[in-house]
Amino acid sequence: MSENVSTARRFNWPLWAGFLLTFLTFFSYFAVFVWYPVTRDFPWANLLLFAVAAVLLFVGVRRAFASDRRRSKIVAAIVTTLGVVVIAFFLFAYFVVGRWLPASTGAPQVGQKAPEFTLADTSGKQVSLNELLTTPINGNAPKGVLLIFYRGYW
Amino acid sequence: MCNSELRGIEQNIQQFNAQGIRPVAISVDSPETSRNLAQQAGYTITFLSDPNTEAIRRYDLVHAGAGEGGHDIARPAEFLIDSTGTVRWVNLTENYWVRARPEQILEVARLLK
Repeated sequence: MSENVSTARRFNWPLWAGFLLTFLTFFSYFAVFVWYPVTRDFPWANLLLFAVAAVLLFVGVRRAFASDRRRSKIVAAIVTTLGVVVIAFFLFAYFVVGRWLPASTGAPQVGQKAPEFTLADTSGKQVSLNELLTTPINGNAPKGVLLIFYRGYW
Repeated sequence: MCNSELRGIEQNIQQFNAQGIRPVAISVDSPETSRNLAQQAGYTITFLSDPNTEAIRRYDLVHAGAGEGGHDIARPAEFLIDSTGTVRWVNLTENYWVRARPEQILEVARLLK
């Protein structure tokens, strides 16, 4: 009987480790993995870590429900639900929200003439596409220009 | 996120220059914002400001209302344009988190005369 009580009161480390790992994994994409194309373009590192976290949470829930303390069962249920929400939110943000981009069917295609434009550079000077294509790079005529449209820092 | 892509280009700037390719980053950011970003991150590539989405509209890249305060911004996209002004390569990513890689662009750039 006394042994039973000590087992029940034991710290449920898999549960809390799994909980912590879900949050760390979520933020690790934006802090670390986004900087490397191999982990950015498909979040396999995050999926792997989430899988480990899910196993830990599962083990934690089993431990909690094996004990006869009601409180540890409730805590395990809440913690696991939060962990699952974090994982679901990441998957939603990556695989669903990430695809909410305009189709841009009218964008210039290969073989077409690139639309001309004139825009201000960081010093406020007006620069045209034609200038970008003709201003020498290290003393040589450019072979081309790579336009990178991005959302902005705002 | 966009910074991740720009950093990749910047890290390969010597190869781009050697190939005669000039990378140019375009967004709705003001010249001051772009200047600060370039200074903080150590970017040497050209930044152009398109606050009224003139070029962004001409390239059909407007992402309506997606910016802060519901402003129109550009969706991520890359174009490689040769010296005659002809588009030689386009990347319109279908997922915000997926971007063109510098190696991939340099590969195409090698084919330009």
